Amino acid sequence: MWWRGNQLSGHCRSLFAFNRRRLSGIRNPVTKTLTKWDPEIAAEIARRHAGKEGALLPLLHDLMHEFGCVPDAAVPIAAEALNLSRAEVHGVVSFYHDFRREPAGKHLVQLCRAEACQARGGDAAAARCEAALGVAFGETRADGQVTLEPIYCLGLCASGPAALLDGAPVARLKGERLERLLAEAQR
Amino acid sequence: MTQRLYIPGDAAAVAVGADQVAAALAPHAAAKGVAIVRNGSRGAHELETLVEIDAPQGRVGYGPIDVEDVATLAPVLFDAGPHPKRVGRPEELPFFKKQTRLTFARCGVIDPQSLDEYRAAGGMKGLEKAQSLQQAALIDQILQSGLRGRGGAGFPTAIKMKTTAEAKAPRKFVVCNADEGDSGTFADRMLMEGDPFLLIEGMAIAATAIGAYKGFVYIRSEYPHAIRAMQKAVETARKAGYLGDTFDIEIRVGAGAYVCGEETALLDSLEGKRGQVRPKPPLPAIQGLFGAPTLINNVLTLAALPFILTEGAAAYKDYGMGRSRGTMPIQLAGDIKNGGLFETAFGMSLGELVNDIGGGTQTGRPVRAVQVGGPLGAYFPPSYFDTPFDYEAFTAKDGLIGHGGIVVFNDTVNMARQARFAMEFCTVESCGKCTPCRIGSVRGRETIEKIMAGEDVEANLEILTDLCNTMKFGSLCALGGFIPYPVMSAVRHFPEDFRACARALEPVG
Repeated sequence: MWWRGNQLSGHCRSLFAFNRRRLSGIRNPVTKTLTKWDPEIAAEIARRHAGKEGALLPLLHDLMHEFGCVPDAAVPIAAEALNLSRAEVHGVVSFYHDFRREPAGKHLVQLCRAEACQARGGDAAAARCEAALGVAFGETRADGQVTLEPIYCLGLCASGPAALLDGAPVARLKGERLERLLAEAQR
Repeated sequence: MTQRLYIPGDAAAVAVGADQVAAALAPHAAAKGVAIVRNGSRGAHELETLVEIDAPQGRVGYGPIDVEDVATLAPVLFDAGPHPKRVGRPEELPFFKKQTRLTFARCGVIDPQSLDEYRAAGGMKGLEKAQSLQQAALIDQILQSGLRGRGGAGFPTAIKMKTTAEAKAPRKFVVCNADEGDSGTFADRMLMEGDPFLLIEGMAIAATAIGAYKGFVYIRSEYPHAIRAMQKAVETARKAGYLGDTFDIEIRVGAGAYVCGEETALLDSLEGKRGQVRPKPPLPAIQGLFGAPTLINNVLTLAALPFILTEGAAAYKDYGMGRSRGTMPIQLAGDIKNGGLFETAFGMSLGELVNDIGGGTQTGRPVRAVQVGGPLGAYFPPSYFDTPFDYEAFTAKDGLIGHGGIVVFNDTVNMARQARFAMEFCTVESCGKCTPCRIGSVRGRETIEKIMAGEDVEANLEILTDLCNTMKFGSLCALGGFIPYPVMSAVRHFPEDFRACARALEPVG
């Protein structure tokens, strides 16, 4: 999408070496340490999905879970395991918002920008996030501390503005509650 | 029986600190020998975290409870004693008393991960009934109930089932569309977190009706709590023998693409492809997932089946109006005082829902617009508040009820910006397959920006109208086809916001 792809600058790559919290908390609610990119581990993950129908998305989610991203080097590995072309895998990785090519910052703030949160002061919350975190939507701060992203609806539409902080839902983000989130993201 | 303390584990409660409240109350509960149950949410989101305790008169609630309240709450809680945040029996609150809960009857009440409690509360009776019927008789029951797809299109469910059942193929699938991406909607999420076995039962009934051996639940990745709840419940149902050899369910997770809520894009995504829309025909009922006949329905549609089978089609059909039968879980969101889930029979007016049930805006400002049906739904002014909540009534006013979400905006909203947002959202989320949606949305955004800048306003409004017509009739699916609804309704009902000179004269909220 317009703010995705290869726009994230090279400094993110160097962040591979650090331990980071797990990004989207799908399988593991508590934080998980991400693994440094390793083609052997990636191939092992890919092999687990071989032979299953429609396995590409689950496979890519597992790579995200392990490494915090789906780097370009993972594309041929996934393609081989599932007997797909690299172009097909690349097409899928680049289509979905969730599959990032490079890892996010130490903390990931995904603020809901959809209508219901807009109606509850979402624009003000968005402006405050950009100002306080010193980063624009769709970008990772130069020091790798935090990535700020828009997200469209978390199903918390009567308690907005809402966000995910490192995969955990937070709502009623006004005043003190919003400041607490911003402090947490910079810790 | 052990006294129980209920603290919702629903994402809407967790997002406002329910986990911290549970952790702080845990030692107090343990000292009293009270068991903590992490129930679903009852749906009054202003009251979250709504803590409830078993008492002789029934369950007594306290809310909204923050972790700071625990110090004063703990000493009185276990005797259901007085406290400034005591709300009494939740069932007696007007917000709940006015509801007709058929689908959400158990949500927020039982322990969502206990199959025994689900059965004790009448669960699995619908499935037993379904299995005792012939396929044709089963589909006839659903036809008689008048149930229509709750995802937004409102297509008669039984017709879809009949087509899938009659298709000859070695294998068939049931797919549950839990890619609830519309802003202002959260009923699917609440149901999966608060009563997951109901969806499993509904899918098993659907599988019986069409002869499917496998089902998929496609849940969006933005709902991590719902994913975990469904995974656990499926595991439990499998161990108990409800799922397994003859019919099994697999949970699949989306990856942040709004368009995958469109059924054919969802099927492509399930197949491991880019979530691009397929042209119809062939209908998914004939050639769906992996080329096999597929019944694809929304969470709420499938979750309505157990009631219909247990209580009979007539009991369901008795609710509602016109061709909209049964109940609709309506979601009140945005700037609204009593936001949350309100299940009621079709036919209540929009104004009743927003003002009487919702209590008007939370900020106390006047209501200027409501958007019904998500990002693809029309914006209605308060002069439309007499519209009854019904598929046909909304269509007649160039709107749609969609998945039942109502987002309330106060008088500070700028409708030109909302129209621009609709187009921008479409540019971000378009799957790119058809030109009207892919390029039309970009040109639409640019045109609205010109209008907002006061550039040839009248001429550009004409271009925008023309463009919306092209998108409406030329797009492959509802994303490009329905984006004209919010855009054109904003232009039609709030023309003053599109004329820069007029706007400059207006007081700024």
